[in-house]
Amino acid sequence: MADRLEVLKTYKTYVGGKFPRSESDRTYRVTDVKEKHIANACRCSRKDVRDAVLASRSAFGGWSARSAYNRGQVLYRIAEMLEGRKEQFIKELELAGVKEKDARAEVHTTIDRLIYFAGWTDKISQVFGTVNPVASAHFNFSSPDATGVVGIIAPDKSPLLSAISLIAPVIASGNSCVLLASETNPLPAVSFGEVLHASDVPGGVVNILTGYRNETVDTLSSHKDVNAVFNTIADRETRKLIDENASISVKRVTHYPAEDWFLDDHENPYLILEFMETKTTWHPVGI
Amino acid sequence: MSTLSIPDFNNTIPIDQIGVEERVSRLNKRSIKKESKLQALKLALSMIDHTTLEGKDSEGKVIQLCSKARLPYAPMPDLPHVAAVCVYPNMVATAKKALQGTGVKVASVATAFPSGMAQLHIKLDDTRFAVDQGADEIDMVISRGEFLKGNYSFIFDEIAAIKEACGEAHLKVILETGELETLENVRKASDIAMYAGADFIKTSTGKISPAATQPVTLVMLEAIRDFYRETGTMIGMKPAGGIRKAKEALQYLVLVKETLGSSWLTPDWFRFGASSLTNDLLMQIVKQETGVYQSINYFSND
Repeated sequence: MADRLEVLKTYKTYVGGKFPRSESDRTYRVTDVKEKHIANACRCSRKDVRDAVLASRSAFGGWSARSAYNRGQVLYRIAEMLEGRKEQFIKELELAGVKEKDARAEVHTTIDRLIYFAGWTDKISQVFGTVNPVASAHFNFSSPDATGVVGIIAPDKSPLLSAISLIAPVIASGNSCVLLASETNPLPAVSFGEVLHASDVPGGVVNILTGYRNETVDTLSSHKDVNAVFNTIADRETRKLIDENASISVKRVTHYPAEDWFLDDHENPYLILEFMETKTTWHPVGI
Repeated sequence: MSTLSIPDFNNTIPIDQIGVEERVSRLNKRSIKKESKLQALKLALSMIDHTTLEGKDSEGKVIQLCSKARLPYAPMPDLPHVAAVCVYPNMVATAKKALQGTGVKVASVATAFPSGMAQLHIKLDDTRFAVDQGADEIDMVISRGEFLKGNYSFIFDEIAAIKEACGEAHLKVILETGELETLENVRKASDIAMYAGADFIKTSTGKISPAATQPVTLVMLEAIRDFYRETGTMIGMKPAGGIRKAKEALQYLVLVKETLGSSWLTPDWFRFGASSLTNDLLMQIVKQETGVYQSINYFSND
């Protein structure tokens, strides 16, 4: 009998709680560190970006209206689901050439990071909200509020850990997001979509696209329905493009290039605060 | 009228439902890009009957609606205005005043809209009131209960009576296809309405679901085409309700073009009854002009 020909999986995207292929029907080859073809991924077009932003926008209202406590439970649930399926993710990282020991460490850190941010959801407004002294007869207080749809541009390094380190602080406060996954190894991020689907995250809160950044970053960062951009790409040209595009509708932009995603620095409430806006209320008191 | 030989409405014209759906889905695959798309979007904008038909409508809301109808998007004053605004009879005078000298027509629903469950004299009064207030177009509903009973002459006579009450105003006949059950019935109701004197036939009130669908629209367009061949009279078409996206609007334009030809592709012969479609068309037009996807936050909500 001839050797069995292995079936290479084509990884789909995760948009609006569904797993569609790219609207363009295009795919590209994903290879391991030795350039061996390991799978195919969708090569998303600007229309896929548009569809994902639309899904993200419609999910935003419901997600941001959830109680902070409930969002914490949902984030915790994602960590639980990931724990249950960690062998799959370890294998997927190994497939791309990561050593078993490193892959295991990456998945473990990812789970811990989700737990970390799950704990912050109902504490962020106590810690960062303020009561402000004012001269008039007002009770004046400020509290951080979710900002809306956030576009996340993930790096190629530690593709699972980095993607979740970016998603978790963004959705913890009630934002929804569109993630452009790593270009060289998008597989763990796409599989993470399956984990999200099986946990209690409403469809559209997290949307995951794959493909070439030079075909998607422009559309994502210029889209007027995107309220903020979370970028990890250090390249000057990309940063310039994002800055210029963001200025069209005055988006928040956070450039966050990182060398080592395992560092504890990434567990940090200020990352949540980056994607919140401050609401100040003047409440009349006394006469 | 006397020159027309009126067909026997008891005969049913068979409709191939699968064929209709196939044709619609084939026409939906047509791709319209760049300049043609921009032109089609502007054409669709000029065909809108910008509508508010809610119990909570007020003069203020109608005035706001009219200013949007006149100038859909202030940063682009060269865009066409919409074809008409569509309101309840007691809002006609307000709309008429707000639209004076703009070329935007005022359409009014009448005849106990949306159910049509009233006596003929009440419907006639309703119609005359709207016309007296200055309505250029009347959107009437047919009595679906009588139609489903097979009382076709009742429907015919009612439409003819309302047409007479309209005087100079154009008459659009709403079939409320969501309640007619079959495509054969849609075809039959279209034929009755056209022979009874309708200037336009319209799918739905927008109050029940399903509202306008493309298969229903195709059947009605074919009825219009056959009526034109038979009598030489052009009848207008207005799908209404449930059309929210610019992409769907373009698909409807393709249906019209392929069924009736270019002469129907004007606001005189084709309209969209819609309220949220206007903003989506504007967003797509601005996207075409600037290359940047838009957000609804930048467009007025009326």
